[in-house]
Amino acid sequence: MCNMITYNFSHLQQLEAESIFIIREVAASFDKPVMLYSIGKDSSVMLRLAQKAFHPAPIPFPLMHVDTTFKFKEMIAFRERMAKEVGFELLVWINQDGVTRGMNPFDFGSEEHTRVMKTDGLKQALDHYGFDAAYGGARRDEEKSRAKERIYSFRDRFHQWDPKNQRPELWNLYNNRVHKGESIRVFPLSNWTELDIWLYIMQEEIPIVPLYYAAEREVVERDGNLIMVDDDRLPLEPGETPQRKRVRFRTLGCYPLTGAIESDADTVPKIVQEMLLTKTSERQGRVIDADKSASMEEKKREGYF
Amino acid sequence: MLDSPNTPLPTTEAEVIEYLQRHGAKDMLRFLTAGSVDDGKSTLIGRLLYDSKMIYEDQLAAVMEDSAVHGTTDTDFDPALLTDGLKAEREQGITIDVAYRYFSTDKRNFIIADTPGHEQYTRNMATGASTCDLAVILVDARHGVLEQTRRHSFIASLLGIRHLAVCINKMDLVDYSQEVFERICLEYQGFAAKLEDIDMHFIPISALRGDNVVDPSENMPWFQGGSLLYYLETVPVSTDRNLIDMRFPVQYVVRPDLNYRGYCGTVASGILRKGNEVTVLPSGRQTRVVSLTTFEGEVEEAFPPMAVTVTLEDEVDISRGDMIVHPNNRPHVAQDFEAIVVWMNDDPLEVNGSYLVKSTTNMVPATVTSLQYRFDINSLHRVDSETLHANEIGRVCVSTHRQICFDAYGRNRSTGCFIIVDRNTNATVGAGMILDREKTAQPVDSTAEPKSTHIRREASGVSVNEREALLNQKPATLWLTGLSGSGKSTIARDLERSLFDRGQACFILDGDNIRHGLNRDLGFNASDRTENIRRVSEVAALLNHAGLIVITSFISPYREDRAKAREIIGHDRFVEVHVDTPLEVCETRDPKGLYKKARAGEIAQFTGIDAPYEAPENPELTLKTADMKIAESTAQIVAYLEEQGLLSS
Repeated sequence: MCNMITYNFSHLQQLEAESIFIIREVAASFDKPVMLYSIGKDSSVMLRLAQKAFHPAPIPFPLMHVDTTFKFKEMIAFRERMAKEVGFELLVWINQDGVTRGMNPFDFGSEEHTRVMKTDGLKQALDHYGFDAAYGGARRDEEKSRAKERIYSFRDRFHQWDPKNQRPELWNLYNNRVHKGESIRVFPLSNWTELDIWLYIMQEEIPIVPLYYAAEREVVERDGNLIMVDDDRLPLEPGETPQRKRVRFRTLGCYPLTGAIESDADTVPKIVQEMLLTKTSERQGRVIDADKSASMEEKKREGYF
Repeated sequence: MLDSPNTPLPTTEAEVIEYLQRHGAKDMLRFLTAGSVDDGKSTLIGRLLYDSKMIYEDQLAAVMEDSAVHGTTDTDFDPALLTDGLKAEREQGITIDVAYRYFSTDKRNFIIADTPGHEQYTRNMATGASTCDLAVILVDARHGVLEQTRRHSFIASLLGIRHLAVCINKMDLVDYSQEVFERICLEYQGFAAKLEDIDMHFIPISALRGDNVVDPSENMPWFQGGSLLYYLETVPVSTDRNLIDMRFPVQYVVRPDLNYRGYCGTVASGILRKGNEVTVLPSGRQTRVVSLTTFEGEVEEAFPPMAVTVTLEDEVDISRGDMIVHPNNRPHVAQDFEAIVVWMNDDPLEVNGSYLVKSTTNMVPATVTSLQYRFDINSLHRVDSETLHANEIGRVCVSTHRQICFDAYGRNRSTGCFIIVDRNTNATVGAGMILDREKTAQPVDSTAEPKSTHIRREASGVSVNEREALLNQKPATLWLTGLSGSGKSTIARDLERSLFDRGQACFILDGDNIRHGLNRDLGFNASDRTENIRRVSEVAALLNHAGLIVITSFISPYREDRAKAREIIGHDRFVEVHVDTPLEVCETRDPKGLYKKARAGEIAQFTGIDAPYEAPENPELTLKTADMKIAESTAQIVAYLEEQGLLSS
């Protein structure tokens, strides 16, 4: 039949359909799913896909942000705005033990701070609410060890990921079976690349945190990274003076741990153009990954997302 | 992230927007790479990524640094280190899992499933193959076809992969010898003949040096077949989809308010249209599609793999696991099926043990009731076995505790696959492909059972859709029935000419011709007439399977025989055309002088004279030839075929 040839689905439409299938599958087959909302661009795309998956019904599960208390102020404002505009149930979790201990990346170091406020905080929250499935926005193209991650990633009672003990994953037949206390991390964006994410944001006009766009911001230069002076908690070292530079962020996390890049890119096409030219991979701006090449893998084993 | 090296980078904002849109609109090819240990899979993928500029500079810097510690090559860098992800694996120097890689060129976006070569990891290969359209099989030019090569090719074929790119790698180590390449190709073809029919393409490469990977090799001017990347960019795969059999497994039910009840799901195959009459299985309730909702608004039709929400005319009780289908094209609804299973767990298969089976959106308790045989993975022979161990493959009978809807995997990859889950450990322990047993499940009649129980149906490697795409038509059998002299053969010939002239592949099965050969042993009594029609129906069904439009020209006087023909050929393909010419007219025409002979008593049991003609009660078409020209009859049939979507207008 001639007309059969027209039933073609583009690459991006296929990715979207696959993600919607995964999001629905989890909602249908787990008792208590949650979507982890990091407020970053991938989370924004995942949120839109969740809206699409259940339209015209609302998203049937809550979104949860694990707040390390050092997120950019604009991220928090964006989070509140999206919760209101989209109308999802928002949960915010802060590790109170960490707060009591006065946890911060300056005195305790970036690794310790991230472990306590992010990794431990996430585990606490999952245990507290008893979530048996948690959606995350990670993509396989982000980092070498993520290339081997399943779409349904099994975690034991201690939220640990064992690379040698993952379930085989065939076709689109995902195995949702877990014992009490165990859970599945689900990655609906597994097959998206960074370029796909930006294209989708552009096509769908998905709102993202303004920090992704270039603007004059107050930064200090530290160990080769441009750190934004987001509030007065950032201790300035001798000789450091904040200066206004036109910068933007390629990824968003805790402001003292996230390096900005000098840029004039203030629209999505300009961001993409810059990305194509620089070819510096995404997580490089994260101070925490700079230690050694297998570090992400070790964090994942511990339960880092 | 970059397109292939030739493409200049976009500079203006408008160019970037166009670049992005082009990127999103490209199609996607998912392929896997398989080969034995040290065949150079990781090197090949690293080379594809590197030569197509997919490597970020900081990643490359990390690899350069790693090359000093883990590298296995004396060249400037080891491409394999770009793709070997996990630390433990890197230290062992092998890849132990399925890793997914992404790259794109001007033509296509690609997802690579990098699957391991080590003997104990058959399951990972099956995992990778399950979502792929194509497999790249690597063969070391120094060693030729190994047991591993056979195993990987076999698994790819079992999992429904229809395209193999066989890369004879490390050609640099055999002096780029054409003779070595050709010898290995022959060796491979000799073995692959045992597999189901697969599209195979051979390429001599050196992944390490880059020969014939992205660009044609200067070292092998004798090879004109293009590089591996060229093949990956151009091989057609969209016709592999099944757009015929509409299957919509209900995934999730949304009920935002009392007036809206929507069934969310992804079209597994076929095309679902607004207004379609549908049947909900397993209940069998009939209803109609009111709307197909998406976030962007309503759509008129949905095709695979679209994710939509369906609303139906009637309040029917539908839940996750049910399947919406067309009333005339249904999957099997049953509790028992046979399947090929790849075992994936260290605990062996327990025959009669209790498992869970997940198929489409259903998870049901199930038992593997028997293991018929296991494949010896090296010889591909079938051997008796008590159980299946990890990485073994066998044929089993499965019994589910509830009815499920399924098709044969060979016909429908989406509704013919399942996984087996251990009820205690929750591990995914097996993966299965359901076999076609349509004919044994619905025997035509008692004599239709094959005489030997050793006969098994073998699925073809070419899909129905592929044939339809090639021939640009849907196969059908136009069953012309009517009295002798009614004009069947004349219409058949005119119709054949007319279809042929418009480029359709068609063929006439004529009563007299068949009785000269295939059916020369049959006479004209009732039972021989029945057998005559049965054989003709089987031949027509085979020709339809081959993609042809068949025109049959047989008196076929008995209703029951025509009903059987419809059964054998299939309801979707059988078009009953009553060539309705009154006896008087036929007798006046009497082209072969047969009526005269019958009246004279020279021919016994002549239809219309001393044997009955049971006119069709509900034929798809009736042609009153007494008042029509031949061309009008032909035009009426062609119009009907176009109307039914069997021919494109």
